[in-house]
Amino acid sequence: MIPLSHFLILGAILFCLSVAGIFLNRKNVIILLMSIELMLLSVNLNFVAFSRFLDDMTGQIFVFFILTVAAAEAAIGLAILIVLFRSRRTINVADIDQARG
Amino acid sequence: MIQVTLWAVLAPLIGAVIAGIGGRAIGRVGAHRVTIVLVAISTILSIIAWYRIVVAGHPPIDHTLYLWGVVGDLEIPIGFLIDELSVTMMVIVTSVSLMVHIYTIGYMKDDPGYQRFFSYISLFTFAMLTLVMSNNFIQLFFGWEAVGVVSYLLIGFWFDRESAIRANLKAFLVNRVGDFGFLLGIACLLAFTGSLRYDEVFAMAPALQGQTISLPLTGGAEWSVLTVACLCLFIGAMGKSAQFPLHVWLPDSMEGPTPISALIHAATMVTAGIFMVARMSPLFELSETALSTMLIIGAITALFMGLLGLVQHDIKRVVAYSTLSQLGYMTTGLGASAYAASIFHLGTHAFFKALLFLGAGSVIIAMHHEQDMRRMGGLKRYMPITWITALIGTLALIGTPGFAGFFSKESLIEAVHHSQLPGSTFAWVCILAGVFVTALYSFRMYFLVFHGKERMDEHTRSHLRESPAVVTIPLIFLAIASLLAGGLFAESILYGTFFGQSMMVMPEHDVLGEMAPAWGGAGAMMLHSFVTAPFWLAVLGVVVAWYLWLHRPDLPARIAARFSSLHNLLIHKYHFDDLYENILTALGRRIGSGLWRVGDMRLIDGLLVNGSAFSVGRLAKVIRKIQSGFLYHYAFAMIIGLVLLVSFFVIVRL
Amino acid sequence: MNAVHSLWLSSLPALAEFFLLAAGCTILVIDAFLDKGREAITCRLSQLALVVTLALVVALFPDARITAFDGSFVSDVMGGLLKIFILLIVIVGLFYLQAYLDERGQARGEYFVLVLFGSLGMLVMVSAGSFLTLYLGLELLSLSLYALVALNRESPLACEAAMKYFVLGALASGILLYGISMIYGSTGRIDFAGVSSAIGDASSLSLITLLGLVFVVVGIAFKFGAVPFHMWVPDVYEGAPAPITMLIATAPKIAAFGMLIRALGEGLEFLFIDWMQMLTFLAIASLAIGNVVAIAQTNMKRMLAYSAIAHVGFIFIGLLTGTPGGKAASMFYVISYALMALGAFGMVIWLGRKDGVGEADRIDDLKGIIERNPWFALMMLFLMLSMAGVPPFVGFWAKLAVLSEAVDVGMTWLAVTAVIFSVIGLFYYLRVVGLMFFHAPERSAPIVAPNTVRLVLSINALAIVAFGFYPDLLMDICVRAFPGLMAGQ
Repeated sequence: MIPLSHFLILGAILFCLSVAGIFLNRKNVIILLMSIELMLLSVNLNFVAFSRFLDDMTGQIFVFFILTVAAAEAAIGLAILIVLFRSRRTINVADIDQARG
Repeated sequence: MIQVTLWAVLAPLIGAVIAGIGGRAIGRVGAHRVTIVLVAISTILSIIAWYRIVVAGHPPIDHTLYLWGVVGDLEIPIGFLIDELSVTMMVIVTSVSLMVHIYTIGYMKDDPGYQRFFSYISLFTFAMLTLVMSNNFIQLFFGWEAVGVVSYLLIGFWFDRESAIRANLKAFLVNRVGDFGFLLGIACLLAFTGSLRYDEVFAMAPALQGQTISLPLTGGAEWSVLTVACLCLFIGAMGKSAQFPLHVWLPDSMEGPTPISALIHAATMVTAGIFMVARMSPLFELSETALSTMLIIGAITALFMGLLGLVQHDIKRVVAYSTLSQLGYMTTGLGASAYAASIFHLGTHAFFKALLFLGAGSVIIAMHHEQDMRRMGGLKRYMPITWITALIGTLALIGTPGFAGFFSKESLIEAVHHSQLPGSTFAWVCILAGVFVTALYSFRMYFLVFHGKERMDEHTRSHLRESPAVVTIPLIFLAIASLLAGGLFAESILYGTFFGQSMMVMPEHDVLGEMAPAWGGAGAMMLHSFVTAPFWLAVLGVVVAWYLWLHRPDLPARIAARFSSLHNLLIHKYHFDDLYENILTALGRRIGSGLWRVGDMRLIDGLLVNGSAFSVGRLAKVIRKIQSGFLYHYAFAMIIGLVLLVSFFVIVRL
Repeated sequence: MNAVHSLWLSSLPALAEFFLLAAGCTILVIDAFLDKGREAITCRLSQLALVVTLALVVALFPDARITAFDGSFVSDVMGGLLKIFILLIVIVGLFYLQAYLDERGQARGEYFVLVLFGSLGMLVMVSAGSFLTLYLGLELLSLSLYALVALNRESPLACEAAMKYFVLGALASGILLYGISMIYGSTGRIDFAGVSSAIGDASSLSLITLLGLVFVVVGIAFKFGAVPFHMWVPDVYEGAPAPITMLIATAPKIAAFGMLIRALGEGLEFLFIDWMQMLTFLAIASLAIGNVVAIAQTNMKRMLAYSAIAHVGFIFIGLLTGTPGGKAASMFYVISYALMALGAFGMVIWLGRKDGVGEADRIDDLKGIIERNPWFALMMLFLMLSMAGVPPFVGFWAKLAVLSEAVDVGMTWLAVTAVIFSVIGLFYYLRVVGLMFFHAPERSAPIVAPNTVRLVLSINALAIVAFGFYPDLLMDICVRAFPGLMAGQ
């Protein structure tokens, strides 16, 4: 059986990947949305792994909630992306810097 | 009763807010109507309160409205102490204020800052009432500072005049010195009694008598706590009541409009120091050092400031120096433990000095804002009402038997004569000489303005006429008060129960008590005065004034030339302004430039003083660059924060 | 029958939330059928819904702590009080929002419905009894706010702000969730009571719990906008329409306070030493950055954003004392801050130009307000002085309460630091006052604002003064929220 630590390490790697995706990516805002999804998935992985090894259902129920919220979040994120594109004609992350200081 | 007093305080505040904020909306007429009606309400309520406490004999009220805050064990209450002393002050403050409000309609008629002015004087009335009605030190201090602020605003009311700005800065700075002492005094009392309420502090005062503290810079000498506290409080009083050597701001404050000089710089605010000492009598009584200090400072102020009045040409400045001198009398009276006499003089002085100021203002209006007495003369013919009221004021000031000033001043001098404290003989001689000086400068002003040759130019002469009714009615009212306020109340104030238990006098200091057996009524006092020194000194003063300035107007100049060094000393006000400006300020500058030469300019001046503001500003500009606007920088900052927290709190614990 | 009955009874504490949810859905449907231009109806209905919710909160006000849904939902005195203030602030905020949108012809029903759902999220956060409820409340609030910021589609600045807010907010909730998963893994529980007893029973502190704590603290700090998780604050404050900024700046701060008390104070109370140190770090950083950078701002909304960051430092100082008195002081602070911010943003809205080209949110727009409208200049003076912490306004008592608690637990150095930074902070508040009173106005046109705005704004500013004179009115309420105090602890 695969030990818990392997799941956790995988979760951590996914989390770090998604974080890196958020602050390394300078091109497309859509990649940010993807990173955010990935981050939530890494959390889900953690929850499911813990749930399995603790033999406790709570974690898996939490995952369902996270999945639902993630869907809503993605919807709002895309909506914002669309209005942003309509007003700016760009979704380049490096171009969104009007507000600063 | 609490309602009555509460509204007496709040009414002027409401007026000030309405006139200040809605000034433009309600217009000039609206502004003076609102404020005058509200101050009149306040006056009526004050008189009701006075009637109940003093005449009907209701017990005093010490009522805490609410606790404003609690800091540790220290409670900060907001409340009123309504006793004989405070109701008397309330009546004086509100009635003079009401007169000044009415008078202002005429005096400030064409001024663009009309509404602002009414707002300020109503605000002042509010602040002064909070000061006199407080039952604790914090509220006293609030009122104390608030009257100071309004005074500052009003001295600089004509802020486009250079001299007005200088004068209000001076008043501000000098008062800071006094306020610092005052605050130290309050802090000292707080430290040793743990309370800010009058009743609690006074109750604990006798227990403090034996206690001492050692102050730094005095070689480890032990000082009595009460002496230190009282002296500090008295320094506050010196600043506010313009006692020598903190007197320099008062003459300059005459840059403000004349109604202000009457209300704030003669009748009310400058007497706050006198009132405060009388209020604190349970403390001052326990420190003979403080009492003696007051005797001497007061006496010096009374005599020497009066002398300065002799050489001034500006009509308002003469009255200002006269105010200084009379405040000196009051302080001397406090030092002799004759609190009742001092407050009595405070009250009579409020009326006749306000009268003199407003009379001077009336003259100034007629003279088209000319204040130099060398260009006046013979005004009696043109301004009969101003003339007769000013004469009454002057007679009251010099203590003519029968007039208000006579009873208060005469008793005050007699009380100092009876005092056994160190310095009392010196004080008595000074204020006795002061009587002569008072008569001399008062009648000098009176003769120069109303009698003798008409020295104004033709244009002004042709426009001379009596001031309008809004100006003369307050004059008449104040003249009546100056005539009657003395005789009516002399007995009950000085020897009776007028002030009840509101001020405390130790049996061994009770000079008024010693004088009581000799009292045979107001008439007897007047008759008796004809065989006393003060009366004849005053008469002598009047005669000399008549001879010098009316009969032989060429003589004063020759005397001045003869005694030119003395004359110069007076012209330069004993060089006090020079002392402060050239020695103290110059000393500061010298030290500053010395440090600069040593090379500290960059460190002290550049880095710490200007630099701190500058460098914070520059720092701000640098840090705000971090807020670059880029999303990935923001995310990165968050991650950095996360990593920092993880490394500090997790990895370190491993 | 019995089971249904007991379910009904057990969910009674959450009745207000249920009502708000139902009302929100209903109003959403009603709005869909309303003609264009009748959005005022939606607004009034929303306010009515909030008022009824408020009435329900008051009617169901608990005497002691009660729980529902197996401990996932908590109703207690603190929660009830926080909810009352949240609802009051949102109701007032809707007046501003409606006036603002009406003037600009941007009124749309979605605004009001989103505000309702956001309010529901805040109520849930405050009543959270487990990490799951907390997360759901937080997301409901955050998602509504993201959308609200972006609703003005014409404004590039608003869209940009929404995007930044969204990405960073999602990152923060990802971090929070990661932390929750750690805590779940090490304790096996997600309800605060269970987590707390599991940590208390554990013989030694596990590394995973500690790691989870750090991540949870970061998630909470983001919601507060504490340095270094504050980067979204200035941009969002500036970009969002003024009444939305007002809503973001006020009520969610109170909700975040509730969230912090629930998660850290109740769930992770045995890790107090650890999160106390983290909050100390965040507090100092927030005080420093907030006060200093605010000086360099030229935009009123940005300046208020940095000032908000600085105020968060004070809120944390009260919390990190760990005493019930400290919590009460923090609550006092957060509520008085919300009131002050409500007034300050109200002022920005009131100044707003009708001509539609943006808002009057430059600090220079305040120049010479005394000449254009002395009454509101006075109100603004009160607000600024109160924010700066000048007596006798409520802001002074808030700072004093927090600092004296800090001194009581021996953290004098922290109190001194806070005072130094507030003195620096005094500068930018006074600069605003200076501009209002001693500069000539740039435009002389009288300011026209709807009567509702004028009235609400005046009441707001006068409340600041009233609480300044009677701070005990508010303080007694806050003390009630933390019963440890009354036991003489």
